[in-house]
Amino acid sequence: MDDVALAAGGGGGMSGDVAVLGAGMHPWGKWGRGFVEYGTVAARAALADAGVDWRDVTSVVGADTVRGGYPGYVAGATFAKALGWQGARVASVYAACASGAQAIATARAQLLAGLADVVLVVGADAAPKGFFRPAGGDRPDDPDWLRFRVLGATNPTYFALYARRRMAVHGDTLEDFAHVKVKNAALGALNPHARYRKPVTADEVAASAVVADPLRLLDICATSDGAAALVLSTLEFARRHGASTPVRIRAVSTVTPTYPNTVLDLPDIATDSSAAVPPADRTFRESVAHAAYEEAGIGPDDLSVAEVYDLSTALELQWYEDLGLCGEGEGAKLLREGTTAPGGRIPVNTSGGLASFGEAVPAQAIAQVCELTWQLRGTAGTRQIEGARVGITANQGLFGHGSSVVAVR
Amino acid sequence: MSRVRTPVVARWFDGEGDGFRLLGTRCASCAAVFFPREDGFCRNPGCAGGELVEVALSRRGRVWSYTDGRYRPPAPYVSDPELPWEPYTLIAVELAAERMVVLGQAAPGVTVADLEVGMEVEVVPGVLDEDPGEPSTTWTTWHWRPVGVGA
Ligand SMILES: [Zn+2]
Repeated sequence: MDDVALAAGGGGGMSGDVAVLGAGMHPWGKWGRGFVEYGTVAARAALADAGVDWRDVTSVVGADTVRGGYPGYVAGATFAKALGWQGARVASVYAACASGAQAIATARAQLLAGLADVVLVVGADAAPKGFFRPAGGDRPDDPDWLRFRVLGATNPTYFALYARRRMAVHGDTLEDFAHVKVKNAALGALNPHARYRKPVTADEVAASAVVADPLRLLDICATSDGAAALVLSTLEFARRHGASTPVRIRAVSTVTPTYPNTVLDLPDIATDSSAAVPPADRTFRESVAHAAYEEAGIGPDDLSVAEVYDLSTALELQWYEDLGLCGEGEGAKLLREGTTAPGGRIPVNTSGGLASFGEAVPAQAIAQVCELTWQLRGTAGTRQIEGARVGITANQGLFGHGSSVVAVR
Repeated sequence: MSRVRTPVVARWFDGEGDGFRLLGTRCASCAAVFFPREDGFCRNPGCAGGELVEVALSRRGRVWSYTDGRYRPPAPYVSDPELPWEPYTLIAVELAAERMVVLGQAAPGVTVADLEVGMEVEVVPGVLDEDPGEPSTTWTTWHWRPVGVGA
């Protein structure tokens, strides 16, 4: 009803909206079972939440996992079979950590193109122990293989390089990083889907082992099992279904970098050179959010909540800046002022974030949208942000995958 | 017993002592520089494509950031599981002329306590690991080392 006001900034507006009819998750953890089971639990929960019969779903989109063998590469079909073949159109997508957002983008495109009227989106993972590692075999043409073989550069070492750089350039401190963990753990403690549900103190962060200087174990997200699912539909289907004011997805950004990419991204051994071509005005991560804002016709000031990809505590502060919540180098200040905590102007990671979940790669970007859905519906329980109207997610996958979703109600 | 010295990746670096350099390629049409080297096509989207010519990168640069690995990385990184894990240091180095940042391990003995963002470092030849097969292979690599620190 108030959509006109929200769309006042121009951009896509209502014509590009799709409805979120249902959201569901399998709790994150280390459960020792297969990704198909997790995904099926999440899908059934989302369908029940939507009040939609699985047989009425006209398309299913799966976010792939590379850790489940062939069934993981064809995740959409795997989930469709597990729920009972019913003839729906199927797609399976992979974009590393951004896979979930690409699954949402695929579903949305089908809905807006009139190819489907109700779509089930599912992502699930059963994570390995310890560090993520590259696929087997000798593959000297694969940057992901090379960074392990030549440098032993695990994911946390990249997070640590960014963190140290922030400390040197912006004056961030280890206490700032610990503060992010404390904030997110307090929220995760309120979330029944989170894996870690205990508050954490700054002293506990400081006492945890250094993994990659300057980051400690409690600065870095774990790898988890988990699954998330959404039932998306056209606004017309939602109306017929009796959902008059559903949460709506207004933008899905899935942009790639612009040459030369000047930020050292996982799994690269070097940045692009800016010697021949000057860098673009926005860094890659900045461009991810910018595209979402443009498409939604909103700006950072319109946001009520944000879910950002806190692979490390320091990276959450980087996202504040990349989302335009503050100026460059001001992320830690925003945190210290309480702006991104409940009660602040723009609470970030009300779900508890990756700090409380650990990463279940193909499910994570979908889980971010589940949290926005509950916040915008006003059903997020004890972690509810009063009057949340507009939310954004932000995420980046290896090999040049940006993702950001804007949802409104 | 013979011992063969082999670069861990062919044609990424070459030379001995002060003559050691990382090797990239430069597009003859647009002058874009690539490391790791591109030998097929120029990746500048505004370039119609030119011959890619091998070029030595600057020997010296400044520390963009640094860290270390306190835990044993998974394969294909090679380490002896029988031995206690020795953390290694990683340095990301900004090369002024190329306007790019290149990662590398630090020379043995250089720890994070020895480093600061902005410090000048130079590229030196190094050993990644030794394969005891017959003939045994020494896998060579590049290291970054603060300028003014002896080998
Ligand atoms: Zn060129």
